[in-house]
Amino acid sequence: MTFLGDPSVSLPIIFAVLLGVSILIYVVLDGFDLGVGLLSPLATDGHRDRMVASIGPFWDANETWLVLAVGLLLVAFPAAHGAILTALYLPVFVLLIGLILRGVAFEFRAKAPVDKKAAWDFAFFLGSLMAAVSQGFMLGLYIMGLQFTGVALAFAALTAAFLPVGYSFIGACWLIMKTSGELQAKALRWARKSLWGVGFGLLLISFATPMASLRIFDKWLSFPEAILLAPLPLLSLAILVLLWLALQRLPTRNDSWAWAPFAFATVLFFLAFCGLAYSFYPYVVPEQLTIYEAAAAPESLFIILVGACVVLPIILAYSALSFFVFRGKATELRYD
Amino acid sequence: MDALILSRIQFGANISFHILFPTITIALGWLLLFFKLRFNATGDEKWMDAYRYWVKVFALTFALGVVSGITMSFQFGTNWPGFMEAVGNIAGPLLAYEILTAFFLEAVFLGIMLFGFSKVPNWLHTTATVLVAFGTTMSAFWILVLNSWMHTPAGFEMRDGVAHATDWLAIIFNPSMPYRLGHTLLASGLTVAFLVAGVSAFRLLIGDKGRSVRATFATGVGLAALLIPAQILMGDMHGLNTLEHQPQKVAAMEGNWETRSNVPLVLFAIPDEEARENKWAVTIPNGASLILKHSADGVVPGLNDFVAEDGTALHPPVAPVFFSFRIMVGIGFAMLALSWAATVMMVRKRRGVEGVPRLVLWAFLGMTFSGWVATLAGWYTTEIGRQPWLVDGILTTAQAVGDVAPGMVMSSLIGYLVVYAVLLVAYIGVIFYLARKASNRMNETLWAGLRGGVNNKTAEQAS
Ligand code: HDD
Ligand code: HEM
Ligand code: HEM
Repeated sequence: MTFLGDPSVSLPIIFAVLLGVSILIYVVLDGFDLGVGLLSPLATDGHRDRMVASIGPFWDANETWLVLAVGLLLVAFPAAHGAILTALYLPVFVLLIGLILRGVAFEFRAKAPVDKKAAWDFAFFLGSLMAAVSQGFMLGLYIMGLQFTGVALAFAALTAAFLPVGYSFIGACWLIMKTSGELQAKALRWARKSLWGVGFGLLLISFATPMASLRIFDKWLSFPEAILLAPLPLLSLAILVLLWLALQRLPTRNDSWAWAPFAFATVLFFLAFCGLAYSFYPYVVPEQLTIYEAAAAPESLFIILVGACVVLPIILAYSALSFFVFRGKATELRYD
Repeated sequence: MDALILSRIQFGANISFHILFPTITIALGWLLLFFKLRFNATGDEKWMDAYRYWVKVFALTFALGVVSGITMSFQFGTNWPGFMEAVGNIAGPLLAYEILTAFFLEAVFLGIMLFGFSKVPNWLHTTATVLVAFGTTMSAFWILVLNSWMHTPAGFEMRDGVAHATDWLAIIFNPSMPYRLGHTLLASGLTVAFLVAGVSAFRLLIGDKGRSVRATFATGVGLAALLIPAQILMGDMHGLNTLEHQPQKVAAMEGNWETRSNVPLVLFAIPDEEARENKWAVTIPNGASLILKHSADGVVPGLNDFVAEDGTALHPPVAPVFFSFRIMVGIGFAMLALSWAATVMMVRKRRGVEGVPRLVLWAFLGMTFSGWVATLAGWYTTEIGRQPWLVDGILTTAQAVGDVAPGMVMSSLIGYLVVYAVLLVAYIGVIFYLARKASNRMNETLWAGLRGGVNNKTAEQAS
């Protein structure tokens, strides 16, 4: 362990980064498939099958990043895991019921008798909505330092309303890439509309976060740091403009650039996430527990790190294989 | 009711629901591989038909396993924060390895296994199937390592009330792990064997004449007949291992109050914890001594040894352990009788499935989900038998519970129970609905072929 320097400093940082990366990957990946679920009631029956087909081979692996994120929080910062999850008991419950409904609706809608299909389609939408809203609510409460004051709850209600918009947006971008023709045109319309919501939501969170705590306020607006931070909002603004332009011009005649909105949206999520991570460091439970205080014993973290270094590249490789196998426009889901 | 008892009920409900689906997917993954390899080797369409129906069941079951598993991974934090704070240094790496080496593997290759048939070369599809089956088995391995460690902790030391790992090999290969892993994997095989045999019996009973359903019925029965003796043997060894490490649990399983020799085997009784005796007992003299000590005058530990000075019981609640143990063992012997009887009928005069009377088919239909019942009963035996400890000798269940308002736990518990009930009904309903649909399609093609010989070839392929 010596090459890590002081393991009680370096290991918590490494695990905080790993945790951050898996949350980010989760938000992007499950974001698009939750988004497709949120958009599903707007589509016709045939289009809905195509939309589900576009996420069918991926959704399970996407949700596994959530399991990894919760797992890392659990194993690397056990004290924080308990504190956060007991504070968020009810929203977590709503999230779990949502994920259950949605995950099984995938299977049941295709296998149950035809007259039950509409009910499972509704469960698919409802589950996606419950999951997205509760995640937004938890994000808001977390930013507000897990306090249950009136202001914090009001803010959490706002983030709960905006995260589904953000997910719908990235879901629409995914559909632009994975579908063609009429459905793609519809997805473009959805994306154009939800882009405004995304811009507004980002703005809102950027203003509210420094208000939530003096520490973050200082961190953002004190002198040399502010210059380092400046590229984040500027880049985000540039990406928003790019997205707007791209959405006006698509689809091109040979369907080139269909990937662009999804790629830009991913970058946007990444930037927003960096902003949040910057604000909260070194806390894992805002204003209460730092990553150093909450970390598990170095020997145990080291054992996990060894495994992670070996296995994570392999996971990334075969995830890439799966995206490669199912590249191109989505086709009907068939077992044979 | 307080948060402790509610959290326990909720955890018990959630894990009971979760285990139902992995129990099926672990062995069904390997069985699908078997169907696929048979098809690759013989080119006989009946194996492909078997694959086509059972892969649907697999996909459905897997989805239920995944979503209920996600619930599980949040439970530690929402309801048992004390657990990770005390033994997180050991449980953490084990759970992390499960996620890294098993969950991602199965989740990613599941996509290719299910939807990649026409998109990737056959060898890659077969490899994906192997990796999914391997992944589910690895999940079982890691989680059972953790669970066994909670029953028979080893390879650690306590510092300031927190467990620190000292020897990872001792932690992984803790004393009860091999038995629990073996017994649970066999349980998975048996659950699937009876599921396959039961659904195939259903299709035979509604008049499916296809060759595929006969093949799957024979496969299910054969697998059951093969595994059940191994399971009974393994169960016996598991019990002996428990006798060594958790004697109070075995005393509760046997319903034995006094430590003494020549202990009878209690076939049935109503254990009365107030009076500390059994009512209405039906016994076999010296039976328990013979099974547990291999001699009629062997001394078997009794529950009264595990009572504190002030009279509080240090042993688990007796009745639930006692009855669930009997349910499991009872089902085990029913499985033995039915699977062997059917095998004899099929092998005798080489009549195959034709030799099995309808009554026996009905019996298999009735036992379709018997593996589930036995598995749950087994887990209730072992988990309730561990109380009041959560981690044997280190952490009690009461110490681990979180500080959540009982009202909140109550509402989430009711929510889960409602959703689970709906999903179970839908799951079982869809399995039989798909079976009926597959049989109808099969018979239609068969009839079309028989009627004008329009296309004998398709009929043959379909059957
Ligand atoms: C199809 C399922 C199934 C069947 C037919 C049996 N079991 Fe079992 N049993 C399980 C499924 C199971 C299980 C669910 O997998 C358990 C719970 C924990 C474990 O390791 O296995 C279990 C636990 C378990 C235990 C408790 C272990 C402990 O103390 O922790 C014992 C002593 C036995 N079994 C013994 C038997 C015997 C003697 C059987 C003979 C008929 C038998 N089991 C049939
Ligand atoms: C898979 C099948 C399993 C079933 C059906 C099962 C069932 C149960 C039940 C019924 C209880 C409640 C006992 C009581 O309160 O008297 C319990 C407790 C518990 N089990 Fe299991 N269990 C299973 C596997 C596991 C595994 C693999 C783990 C750990 C990784 C585990 C960890 C726990 C914990 C932490 C408790 C504490 C809660 C409590 O004691 O009430 N269980 N389990
Ligand atoms: C406290 C105990 C448990 C926890 C926290 C847990 C957690 C999970 C999670 C998070 C998943 C989803 C993985 C994914 O996203 O693909 C899962 C699936 C799975 N679990 Fe569990 N689990 C527990 C108990 C068990 C037990 C007792 C077994 C078997 C003996 C088991 C076997 C599996 C398998 C095979 C899967 C793959 C999905 C499936 O086959 O349906 N788990 N579990």
